[in-house]
Amino acid sequence: MTAPRTWQMALGFGLFFGLWYLATAVLALPRFERIPDPLEVLLQWVSRNPTYGFSIFTPDYYKHIGYSVYRAYTAFVLAVALGVPLGLIMGWSPLFRRFTFPVVELIRPIPPLAWVPFAILLLPGTEQAVIFVTFIAAFFATVLNSFLGVRSIDPVYFRAAQCLGFRSREVFVHVVVPGALPFVFTGLQLAMGLSWFALVAGEMISGRHGLGFMIFEGYSLAQYPNIIIFMVTLGLLGYASSAGVRILGRRLMVWRERQLGGAAA
Amino acid sequence: MSALRPARALRNPAVWQGALSLAALFALWQAAGTLRVGSFGDIPTPMDVGRALLEAAGTAKYWLNWAVSSKRVALGFLAGTLLGVPVGLALGMSRTMHGIVFPVMETLRPVPPLAWVPLSILFWPTLELSITFVIFLGAFFAVALNVLGGVAAIEPSFLRAALSMGAQPRHIFWRIVLPATIPAIVTGMALGMGLTWEIVVAAEMIAGKTGLGYLAWEGFVNGSLVSILVAMVSIGVAGFLSCGLIWALGHKATPWLKRTG
Amino acid sequence: MCIRSVGKVYDPEGDQVVALQGIDLEIASGEFCAIVGPSGCGKTTLLSILAGFDTPTSGHITMDGEILAGPGRRLSPGADRIVVFQQGALFPWKTVLWNVTCGPVLQGRLPRDRAEAGARELLARVGLEGIEDQYPGELSAGMRRRVEIVRALLNDPKVLLLDEPYRALDALTKSVMHECLLELYDLTRKTVFFVTHDLEEAIFLADRVVAMTSRPGRIKKIIPIDLPRPRDYRVVSSAHFGRLKQEAVDAIHEEALKAFEAGERELAQ
Repeated sequence: MTAPRTWQMALGFGLFFGLWYLATAVLALPRFERIPDPLEVLLQWVSRNPTYGFSIFTPDYYKHIGYSVYRAYTAFVLAVALGVPLGLIMGWSPLFRRFTFPVVELIRPIPPLAWVPFAILLLPGTEQAVIFVTFIAAFFATVLNSFLGVRSIDPVYFRAAQCLGFRSREVFVHVVVPGALPFVFTGLQLAMGLSWFALVAGEMISGRHGLGFMIFEGYSLAQYPNIIIFMVTLGLLGYASSAGVRILGRRLMVWRERQLGGAAA
Repeated sequence: MSALRPARALRNPAVWQGALSLAALFALWQAAGTLRVGSFGDIPTPMDVGRALLEAAGTAKYWLNWAVSSKRVALGFLAGTLLGVPVGLALGMSRTMHGIVFPVMETLRPVPPLAWVPLSILFWPTLELSITFVIFLGAFFAVALNVLGGVAAIEPSFLRAALSMGAQPRHIFWRIVLPATIPAIVTGMALGMGLTWEIVVAAEMIAGKTGLGYLAWEGFVNGSLVSILVAMVSIGVAGFLSCGLIWALGHKATPWLKRTG
Repeated sequence: MCIRSVGKVYDPEGDQVVALQGIDLEIASGEFCAIVGPSGCGKTTLLSILAGFDTPTSGHITMDGEILAGPGRRLSPGADRIVVFQQGALFPWKTVLWNVTCGPVLQGRLPRDRAEAGARELLARVGLEGIEDQYPGELSAGMRRRVEIVRALLNDPKVLLLDEPYRALDALTKSVMHECLLELYDLTRKTVFFVTHDLEEAIFLADRVVAMTSRPGRIKKIIPIDLPRPRDYRVVSSAHFGRLKQEAVDAIHEEALKAFEAGERELAQ
């Protein structure tokens, strides 16, 4: 089972990098002449003395990572802190839902990135504008999924809680929150992806630092290998962030893991 | 249905409370702007935005921006769907294909589509093609991964039932796999459509000279919040309409699914 | 508990559906009363009204001489009438021990350690030692049913409302569940209101079987079951059981036929 998998994976990556190398470095196909080849990118990335100033040994590389991580996580944490409670209460209280849901639905179709110029003009600095746009992107995914999470709870659990004499606060803590948690975490994973997605655009449009800015800078200054280095770095950070959310979700939902394990056995 | 019976709709608390809350939102915004409460003095009021929107709607340039953005979205989205559906189906049906291609896709996926903009500009001869390519990437991943998930979620008993009745592989594909995946295809397309509007807006801000995203950018350059808001509303409407279109087509394509709402 | 000419009319879009009509029933304290009838006869509606999830449109319900519910007046659901639901309602995100003890602990009627000791004892009595820290998802359907009965009993309710709790179980598990339920019943002598469509189950468990008609839901016949307690599975094959069953079948069959012809088919589980 694992042997053919590994083998196939190696073949897949081999083909990918092989064709890329062939198209750029060996054959220099038309249209590929300005695309950096994978070997050059790799050598630059691990070089102690990189031609274009950025590799895993240069402190500047980590400075830009730091900027992006700080922005993405600030926005994400804000979105979660505001979005999860809002979504849960919206799902739980019909009255609150009827008043807030239309407003959320009115604003949601506007793509977060369309907020960029508005945010830059209105907020005191570009730093806040970039974080604001990233926040908007993560916020709606969080609210909507937390909301759906509460709605997905079988009403029988609410009835059982009533029968057992739960007070409102206890219904919220012991039924609403744990019952919605699987959806909440789906939302958080989405929100994490969207944070990075919006952050890149925000940084490209208005940033002075950060990975998105550097990708564009690599283009403007014709330091093409840097484009790929920062793209890959971005991918790795995005992947690690999503994995972190997934692992946290598993930790918090032991009951689900065990249930699924039991069903499979 | 509720639209056909306004009296009944008004008696429904969900309807009038929702309307009330939206009305209150606009009234507060208008009042705060008119009375110049805090920084609201700088923000255009809903009336200002409405007036500017009407004015813009009378110009050819505004509709040209609509057309340009819509064309980019339509082309990129169509290409993404046309390639994403077969790739998703192939990866879902063949273990070998899945083993070879999926890890590469999973490696590329965390890179946000917009990070591809510079590389895309380097590669494609025209700006138009570069923007369309980035839109294509966004739609492709959303569609392909949803279709793949849809194939994986097909009830195994359907396949067994078909096999036990002596179905040929091509029958299984056309009669079971494809129809069973349509809901996932629709979901993927709707997600992809939402994403393409995000991308086109940003791409036009970064590199465009025309389009609704550029309209917002132009507003920024001129320091005009009203133009920015007009562009934002337009983009919201455009995204909403195109996603609605996908869902409507999806409902038509899946008559066996229960309608809710 | 006393049900006086209770009726329920649904009126969603102008056309009235009479779910219950003129239900009169008196349930003595400590009695095991089973309601049987074809699906759609309103037995679950009646249970919902008793539980306080639904309002009767006519008549009223009294408990210990006090009027609790009537038209426009709903009983508030509470721990004096615990419902065991058809599909099961153990919180899947909590351990068995938390599920079983949450009622008395959250209401502040028992300190946690006393509740837990009581829970362990009752669980052991139904053959479920050592599962306290597991999640409901890890248990078999039969185990979950027993845990649910234990949870209900630990709340020390006046009435147990059971809504076809063994519907989804296979015949073997079901008979084990029945003996387990009877053992607990003999132990605690709670008032039990048991809704089912399984006649044998009703006769085996109850002191009285109430047969209902469908559309409108009315009481067709009340059959007292004078089988001696404690009962075990052998009673099912006795001649007396057979006579009682025949009596009940006669009452129900006509109704089932009517219901069937009206297109009311049990949805395949």
